[in-house]
Amino acid sequence: MDFDNRITDETEAVAAALRALYDRFGYSRYRMGKFEEYDLYSRNKDFLVSEGVITFTDTNGRLMALKPDVTLSIIRNDRDGDGDVRKLYYNENVYRVSARTGVFREIPQTGLECLGAVDGYCVGEVLWLAAKSLEAAERDFVLSVSHLGVLSALADAVSPREEVRAALIRCVGEKNLHGVAAVCAEAGLAPEAAAPLEKLISVYGDPDSALGALSGEDLPAGARAGLDELRTALSVFEGTPLKEKVRVDFSAVGDRNYYNGVVFRGFVEGLPESVLSGGQYDGLMRKMGKKSRAIGFAVYMDLLERLDGKLPAFDADVMLVYGGAGSDPGLHRAVRALTDGGRTVFVTAKPNEKVRCRTLCRYENGEVRTVEENA
Amino acid sequence: MKKTLNVALPKGRLGEKAYAILERAGFGCPSILENSRKLIFENPETGVRAFWVKPSDVAIYVERGAADVGVVGKDILLEYEPEVYELADLGIGKCRMAVAAPKDFRDDTRRTLRVATKFANIARRHYAAVGRDIDVIHLNGSIELAPILGLSDVIVDIVETGTTLRENDLEVVETVLPISARLIANKASFQFKTAAIGALVRGVAETREEIL
Repeated sequence: MDFDNRITDETEAVAAALRALYDRFGYSRYRMGKFEEYDLYSRNKDFLVSEGVITFTDTNGRLMALKPDVTLSIIRNDRDGDGDVRKLYYNENVYRVSARTGVFREIPQTGLECLGAVDGYCVGEVLWLAAKSLEAAERDFVLSVSHLGVLSALADAVSPREEVRAALIRCVGEKNLHGVAAVCAEAGLAPEAAAPLEKLISVYGDPDSALGALSGEDLPAGARAGLDELRTALSVFEGTPLKEKVRVDFSAVGDRNYYNGVVFRGFVEGLPESVLSGGQYDGLMRKMGKKSRAIGFAVYMDLLERLDGKLPAFDADVMLVYGGAGSDPGLHRAVRALTDGGRTVFVTAKPNEKVRCRTLCRYENGEVRTVEENA
Repeated sequence: MKKTLNVALPKGRLGEKAYAILERAGFGCPSILENSRKLIFENPETGVRAFWVKPSDVAIYVERGAADVGVVGKDILLEYEPEVYELADLGIGKCRMAVAAPKDFRDDTRRTLRVATKFANIARRHYAAVGRDIDVIHLNGSIELAPILGLSDVIVDIVETGTTLRENDLEVVETVLPISARLIANKASFQFKTAAIGALVRGVAETREEIL
């Protein structure tokens, strides 16, 4: 990317690249206020990443919240059901309790939503944009893709009891093979009852080998249909360099009350957790009374900040020490000559050891004299 | 270039047993057994960089990516619920999380049960599952003292042999869950060091039985 690191840090550069990317694919920027009626979140608490919401009573007596999430607001305002597709992206701050610190934080978040008559093309396009979003961080990356329909069908085949199914899916999310055996034992099920689920945990890798490993398995019809959908969605990467960054990984799970179909997580090398998360959320649309289908993802920009690890070697190119009262109009001309020449200048009456500059100069008798070079 | 695998091991006997399994699995780092003041040990041949940390901190090192993999008790995983993969049950450090009380204890269900424990979340979940109202008293050590001095009615704690309980006229009332050491991995590390972590899991599975 052609961004000058002196005028924009890496996170801002990524945000700008993402906006340009989403614009190119016809997604419209969705802007929103910071407040939303609390009622929206209280009815969909399980969908939120964290339970805590900052609330206040507005002057008209309504209970309001600082937005902990963007997707719910977009769905609420979506016109729904006229057979077309709405493509939106956002770049907003959300306010929620950080899982790490246990206190509220303002979190910058970028993401996109595709709502309406979402078909196979839309799912593929969103997956493509998710991979391209990760690529914008200019580090090695992995897009892990799963399909909740496959997971649900296999869990449903093991037991009709919801608590057993939930425990099994939790184990898949943890890649916890021994946990699956323990859940089956506790539920009084034969060890082989969850064999297909165990196979799902052990499947990880590029789309061809991972889906190939499952093709010979005796699976329920729902799981087979899910695998076909997954194969179709992943075909967007066929013949492109991005394919080698995509993994089929069924540990990418989501709340089955909200998510269905393709779900995915994105990882960037150097960051300890997923920096991108998304999937199809038709279930959430139904819960909010909408007929449309939907898919989207969010990029957690606060995590990308951690990639800005290296401080620049110098705070400015030149430290210009002028001495005296600084009333010489020639000083301003000298500074402008430096800045117009493309150099950054820290101007000070006396040397400042806390500011690291490549060149130390003095302004004396109307002239700039180099005193010291710090290569 | 071979990627280095950062391994967090719990200090103490459990860590030494876990290291023996890792070494037999082909992921040794012999310098870690030397009596040294060094904090980090590296074996370029196996690509392992290992370090001892406080047992309860292993999951933090792994969750935050300072370690790619680690060995931690199931008790810590259940109490703190870190976002990690739980890849293998090492079958060592076996014990149980249990409710214990004075030998003459009878649960007075008319009153809130006072529970002293280091594992507040595990205790809350256990009693919530049976609808029992409890008052959690969070302690950091010498949990057995609490019911003796009347600070609590029962304790929820790890029981290995039960000797400490018996010597203080306490007994296990019920087992909450079995505990053993688990091999965990950071979720992002798994994506980028898949081959090494996969080989470690396979190696552990093959050698675990021989060690036990």
